[in-house]
Amino acid sequence: MSGGSEERPALRVRGAEIIVSLVFLALGAIVLYESVRIGVRWGAEGPQTGYFPFYIAILVCAASALNLVQALLIRPETNRAFVEVGQLRTVLTVLVPTAIFAALVAWTGIYAAALLYVAFFMRRLGRYVWWKVATVSAGTVAVLFLLFEVWFLVPLPKGPLERLLGIG
Amino acid sequence: MDEIQSLLGGFAVALTFKNLLFMFAGIVLGVLIGVLPGLGGANGVAILLPLTFSMAQTPGGTTSAIILLSCIYWGALFGGAITSILFNIPGEPWSVATTFDGHPMAQKGQAGEALTASFTASFFGALVAVIMITFVSPIVAQFALAFGPPEYFSVYLLTFCAFIGMSKEPPFKTLASMMLGFLLASVGTDTVTGTLRFNFGSTLLLNGFNFLVAVIGLFGIGEILLTLEEGLAFRGRSARINTRVVLETWKELPRYWMTAIRSSVIGCFMGVVPGGATPASFMSYGMARRFSKDGARFGEGKMEGVVAPEVANNAAGTSALLPMLTLGVPGSPTAAVLLGGLMIWGLQPGPLLFVEQKDFVWGLIASMYLGNIAGLIVVLTCVPLFAAILRTPFSVIAPIIVVICAIGAYTVNNAIFDVWMMVVFGVAGWALKKLVYPLAPLVLALVLGDQAEASFRQSMIMSQGDLTILFSKGLVGSMTTLALVLLIWPLLMWTIRRIRGD
Repeated sequence: MSGGSEERPALRVRGAEIIVSLVFLALGAIVLYESVRIGVRWGAEGPQTGYFPFYIAILVCAASALNLVQALLIRPETNRAFVEVGQLRTVLTVLVPTAIFAALVAWTGIYAAALLYVAFFMRRLGRYVWWKVATVSAGTVAVLFLLFEVWFLVPLPKGPLERLLGIG
Repeated sequence: MDEIQSLLGGFAVALTFKNLLFMFAGIVLGVLIGVLPGLGGANGVAILLPLTFSMAQTPGGTTSAIILLSCIYWGALFGGAITSILFNIPGEPWSVATTFDGHPMAQKGQAGEALTASFTASFFGALVAVIMITFVSPIVAQFALAFGPPEYFSVYLLTFCAFIGMSKEPPFKTLASMMLGFLLASVGTDTVTGTLRFNFGSTLLLNGFNFLVAVIGLFGIGEILLTLEEGLAFRGRSARINTRVVLETWKELPRYWMTAIRSSVIGCFMGVVPGGATPASFMSYGMARRFSKDGARFGEGKMEGVVAPEVANNAAGTSALLPMLTLGVPGSPTAAVLLGGLMIWGLQPGPLLFVEQKDFVWGLIASMYLGNIAGLIVVLTCVPLFAAILRTPFSVIAPIIVVICAIGAYTVNNAIFDVWMMVVFGVAGWALKKLVYPLAPLVLALVLGDQAEASFRQSMIMSQGDLTILFSKGLVGSMTTLALVLLIWPLLMWTIRRIRGD
């Protein structure tokens, strides 16, 4: 193993395949259960609500069961890395702020959240000096505001900050 | 020649100052989208769709709106090649095959020639497809006017079976991802009876999963995560296109007429049958290599290797609009998004469109001719500009793209829940793409799920639950049979290979 700990696989393909097919299987099973509950037979006016999804759910379960079997048959020597530790770290450094940004939108509105998100991203991953960070993030938000609220008349979620500025 | 007459009428609709403006704006936006990582034809159009809501309310506004959106699509089809050639990073999945010879050409200092060849080839492919649409779609629409639920269901069946039969991905993964699309589509309101289902008591799921949100998450956020993982080194070749390079390349291009024709046939076919632009580009690259005199030198920077995939992907991307317009069945995710737009504006895609919305349909078809000419002009003149945008560091461009994606997801239903779903779909897109689950069937199933279900249930009501109605008449029967053949195609090929013993 010449690669450092960064190139160590965090998860191998076999594991990832198994997880994904189990998720599919679970989703299929939920719908299968629920469609039986709401009726998969013929009602007074034709097929009941669960009629079509029932068969779809069966197909999902069957296909993912086969995928699961295929995943289990992957031999150790062909079991490549699904994601390396270093890669996973990069992905998470973006994914976590993105998730926080999405959660923040509900509370601060999209503009303030976007301002923070762009600024964080540039500062943390791009290591830009503060004035550049401030200019780009504020500029982006200003352009978005003009584009959506002013020109195309599409209202976007706003929060306490906009109310304070009297544009909410 | 009714078509010529209608087409001229269409030009009259499309050739207004306002529409020409939208056309150029759409192309520029589209190329931009095609060039930027994380934004592609499908999610680019999805994000910009809300901007057209108020536009479509004005008289004649739907035509302007579809011109804007479809030109974004043409722009993205053109633009995908820029990053492939200069940076060896395909901006779009359908331009992967363009990197094989395009980037080596750029490394040899022939970036200008490669770009000119690719743009001209794209233009040629699109033009062939548009001509086909002009003459074939009225016939298909005429034919489809007599369709009932069983016919429609067999068309959907054909669409989805074609995915399983034609895609390069493992068939069971294709099936799983397609059926997941149908599952997600069934959440919310049952369109036939109007009852709620699969929302598990949650009001957030009342509207079900919107495919636009799925498209933005799967292709947008997912793509950004993938790009990040592969490292952010954008070390590209610079390119300048001048008139001399363009003219010299154009002098050389007629030599590849055979490749161009072959690739446009492959492209048109794969576009109408929803195989899509990506397999079409690979297939025609492979064919060109096999039939070329010096096929062995493909991959070292042969112009023919740029022409073949580019003709095919634009032909496929463009002809994907034929089934969308005539049957309401899109041939590609981007066509699906355009279809979604039509429905939001209150137009019912399908054969009646050709009867009731003549101006709209022919305006759109005319704009395809004009839009591709506009596209060729824009890309040939603005390459340095777009290449400069690509040099913007990823740490600046990525958060802006994510924010734009979030706005796009929000505006679909004015729901913040959709922004969260976008992130979930993004993670799913990243994982599924890495495990070669195809995403296009998922999206198409999500779009067509409700209609497919409705047509199936109506057929079943017609026949009192007898499945043989799908084989009852000549047309339905042959389409269903064809669908089943396509479905077992991978199995057939596998068996044949086994019997031959290799």
